[in-house]
Amino acid sequence: MINFQYLRTTTVKSAIALLVKDKNAKFLAGGTNLIDLMKRGVTAPEKLIDINHVPLKEIKQVGNKIYIGALTSNTAVADHALVKEKLPLLSWALQAGASAQLRNVATVGGNMMQRTRCGYFYDTEMPCNKRQPGTGCGAMEGFNRMHAIFGTSDQCIAVHPSDMCIALVALDAEVILANAKGERKIPFKEFHRLAGDTPQLDNNLKADEMITGLEIPINNLAKNYHYLKVRDRASYAFALVSVAAAFETVDNKIIDVRLAMGGVAHKPWRLTASELFLKGKEASLTNFEQAAQLAMKDAKGFGGNDFKLKLAPNTIIEALNLAKSKA
Amino acid sequence: MEKNMLKDENDRVDGFLKVTGKAKYFAEYELPGLTYGVLVTSTITKGKITSLDTKSAEKAPGVIAVISHLNKPSAAAYEQESGPQMKIFYTDKIFYNGQPIAIVVANTFERATYAASLVKATYANETFNTDFEKALKDPKAKKLQGQADYKRGEENAYKTAEVKLEERYFLPIETHNPMELHGIIADWRPNNQLTVYAKTQGVKATQGTIANVFKIPMENIQVNSEFVGGGFGMALRTWPLEIATVMASKHIGKPVKVVITRMQMFTMVGNRPAAIQTIGLGANKDGKLTGITHRAYGETSTYENFTEGVVNMAKFMYQCDNVNTSYVIVPVDLGVPIWMRGPGEATGAFALESAIDEMAHALDMDPLDFRIKNDPETDQQKNKPFSSKNIKEAYKIGADKIGWRNRKNKPGSLLEGPWQTGYGVSVGVFNANRGKASVKGILKADGSLLLQSATSDIGPGTGTGMTLIANKLMNIPVNKITFELGDSSLPPAPSQGGSATLSTVGSAVNDVCVALKSTIAELAANSNMDATSNFVDVLKKNNLPQIEITKESQSGKEKDSYSMYSFSIHFVQVKVNSLTGVVKINKIVSVGDSGTIVSPKTARSQMVGGAVGGIGMALTEESIIDHRYGRYINNNFADYHVPVNADVPEIDVNFINKPDPYINPMGAKGMGEIALIGFSAAVANAVFNATGKRIRTLPITPDKILA
Ligand SMILES: Cc1cc2nc3c(=O)[nH]c(=O)nc-3n(C[C@H](O)[C@H](O)[C@H](O)COP(=O)(O)OP(=O)(O)OC[C@H]3O[C@@H](n4cnc5c(N)ncnc54)[C@H](O)[C@@H]3O)c2cc1C
Repeated sequence: MINFQYLRTTTVKSAIALLVKDKNAKFLAGGTNLIDLMKRGVTAPEKLIDINHVPLKEIKQVGNKIYIGALTSNTAVADHALVKEKLPLLSWALQAGASAQLRNVATVGGNMMQRTRCGYFYDTEMPCNKRQPGTGCGAMEGFNRMHAIFGTSDQCIAVHPSDMCIALVALDAEVILANAKGERKIPFKEFHRLAGDTPQLDNNLKADEMITGLEIPINNLAKNYHYLKVRDRASYAFALVSVAAAFETVDNKIIDVRLAMGGVAHKPWRLTASELFLKGKEASLTNFEQAAQLAMKDAKGFGGNDFKLKLAPNTIIEALNLAKSKA
Repeated sequence: MEKNMLKDENDRVDGFLKVTGKAKYFAEYELPGLTYGVLVTSTITKGKITSLDTKSAEKAPGVIAVISHLNKPSAAAYEQESGPQMKIFYTDKIFYNGQPIAIVVANTFERATYAASLVKATYANETFNTDFEKALKDPKAKKLQGQADYKRGEENAYKTAEVKLEERYFLPIETHNPMELHGIIADWRPNNQLTVYAKTQGVKATQGTIANVFKIPMENIQVNSEFVGGGFGMALRTWPLEIATVMASKHIGKPVKVVITRMQMFTMVGNRPAAIQTIGLGANKDGKLTGITHRAYGETSTYENFTEGVVNMAKFMYQCDNVNTSYVIVPVDLGVPIWMRGPGEATGAFALESAIDEMAHALDMDPLDFRIKNDPETDQQKNKPFSSKNIKEAYKIGADKIGWRNRKNKPGSLLEGPWQTGYGVSVGVFNANRGKASVKGILKADGSLLLQSATSDIGPGTGTGMTLIANKLMNIPVNKITFELGDSSLPPAPSQGGSATLSTVGSAVNDVCVALKSTIAELAANSNMDATSNFVDVLKKNNLPQIEITKESQSGKEKDSYSMYSFSIHFVQVKVNSLTGVVKINKIVSVGDSGTIVSPKTARSQMVGGAVGGIGMALTEESIIDHRYGRYINNNFADYHVPVNADVPEIDVNFINKPDPYINPMGAKGMGEIALIGFSAAVANAVFNATGKRIRTLPITPDKILA
């Protein structure tokens, strides 16, 4: 077999120290994505640094924010009373992902770092610029039913597959990153990248950094919210299109609104123009429809995924309708 | 089989073993000195291997041997010219992408896997085509007659009918994907003695195939396959990978185990072939069918032809004087297909039963009324009466239970926000078969009965059914009856396929029990005992520890006099979201008309499993190939969508449960296939009723609803 060294560590400091020592080392969290990729020959780290024993599993309220440790399991986050009460959108998005068994071991950090499910990326006999830059994109003129309609490049049209991240980008989360020298925080929306001409990079995590946690501001979006995931079967399938929608109304006027889409881009796709449009307006079907139309500016299909040009706005409308009817 | 745990007539005899992990599947056998084989597969779709570098693999840790066409171990039949065409390791030809080209054997699975990645092939490429639609359009591509054309009355009579339609239906490749991966353990010992632990639907068939390839006597080969983790048809033949494993064991003189990967399940063990069908229907204004034309094209491989019964149903299911059918197979550069549950009939029923619904709509008739109006009294194809057929009763039961009266004939009538509700119905039908089988019965003075037959159980509950047949006849409690199967040394029985096992083997069980009873009666009479004496007392009185009878059983003349079919009716209620295109099956009512129900619990499970498979066929399952490369794109369980619990609603299973007077002594007809046949059309029909959209290409995914 392709041998690798297995190391286990219990502190952030030592985890980072081990990581920087070796170019070919990788963190092992739940392993639900990394091990699959190793089995398929997509990646072959020489060292696996098991970080499951690093104490980053806390969920707590700090001031007006909720802190979530990077090694908290997807199930623990989804089921946590604080999350359910204050950030139900996140809880819903998590529940829409994978299966119960996977969520039990998958972690917040691993979920953010999960790689695309593009079939060409997984099959080492096929071209893929993300896996092997310069080999071409198999999906562009191939099977691209699952692929991106926003922010694509001529190098890569893969989508980021996470559900959790769609809620997090909508909720204005911040990511806490640590390296040997200290910590930095970046807005969640700046964590993932578009493919551009560096499709091999999914995000802006630096080679010497570790995700240690998230901070999510508490909001008034716990009443009218919905995470709607459209997929090929009722559970245990990746999104064709998903929409995280939440808003707050005062006197029938929307004063805060968040919209983000999954399954449509190389990163969680925040619908800023639609949000701007809805602010100050009534939560009505006509406004929802117009917001959905605004979201589709610059969308582009590649054949197999052309249906998303219709599905995406429809899903936005339906998610907003469902958020509205939740009272 | 271990101690019989049967508690009441509703339990499976092996249920306890299965849920406690004690049932042993082929891959779980630990033989001394066991080695592990991993298959290397082609990465091109068509051409020749020009070189195969096995050196680094051979040098890798733990590797015992690398076997390929370069060092082909002897397989007598493959050395002759007339053997099968895709002779593994006896050819340098590549027929499809993912074809096994070498096997690496090592002392651990991980080492074999790694070493397999070191085998490097170079190829001479040839142009290829894996696209069925393209082959169909290409006038130069081969088209072979798959089945004789059929004609009754006037050909294409639908064209001149008062009301007519002609529509085209597409079914993509589906892959069986049972939970259990395929593979085999082969242990070739000196003097050409071979034991295999197989995943097979037929231990005798596996034994025969291996005997043929290696030209050794059947008796030298012991095949064990007591438990099978699902087959759905893919274990109905001995695949090249199994021959490769036997070769490897023969070559190294040690037992070799091969368990293929999920990805290899898409290329090494067959699939349901894609099909393109056109149906022409004609009717008069009163709703009587005047013409049925069913033309089907099925996919096959270039190295072997595969055919199935796609157009069978059109010939007899509806009363119609003018029927014609044709069935053509079209080779593409893919692995050879194999029957998948419901086989060709399920493919054909999707088209025919959709078209029947379309015709009812064209006539503005309730599709149920239309079906009943065209229900035949006799089989017009065979010109014989049906042995039994209760489908009008079945329609009624199903219609009541699904709430058919709530259905509106005008599509798109039932709305609730974005959700549209619709109802659909369809019929499934499959030959009620009965083959030839032998069963040995050993009746013991301790009050127990042991029954043995070399049949298989891929999940339907063969042992349970057989036990219940014996229980009824012999009046022996079920926990005193043991049925042994999955062992090639037992009395012969056919492979488990075509819904024939209960009918075929069950008849032999019946005959053995009848013979045992009359022997006991004779013994009782001879020893001056009462004719109703308990067999234990009779055996004891006669100082016999046991009596043993073997019986071969098969159908008689009744087969010539009657047309024998099993029928099923599927009703579904769906909800379709007009914004997102999501289809939710809300309720299912299936009614089986398959004679006597011998084993209620396992019969129900068959219908439930068929409905679940039907949901897959209708809504989620499709094996996708990138035709530029000839490689599968979604060859894993994350991307090939079999239905999950959340897709499966309440399934209300009903049986007519009336004995068929002719088929066999139990009056029981098979039901594994009818559980699935027709189901996908019921869904498509319900989707039409909900939305007014007629989807003729499966699976019905959200994009098709939105299109
Ligand atoms: C069959 C299947 C279906 C799925 N369906 C869905 C779905 O519907 N929706 C969905 O959202 N997801 C789905 N998933 C993906 C699943 O959510 C991810 O696999 C999971 O979240 C990854 O988390 P993990 O802890 O197991 O990561 P791992 O596999 O352990 O790690 C993934 C990557 O993240 C890196 N990493 C982990 N932790 C850190 C850290 N703290 N700092 C820096 N790097 C880190 C690792 O080095 C590795 O490169 C599915 C997965 C499978 C296998």
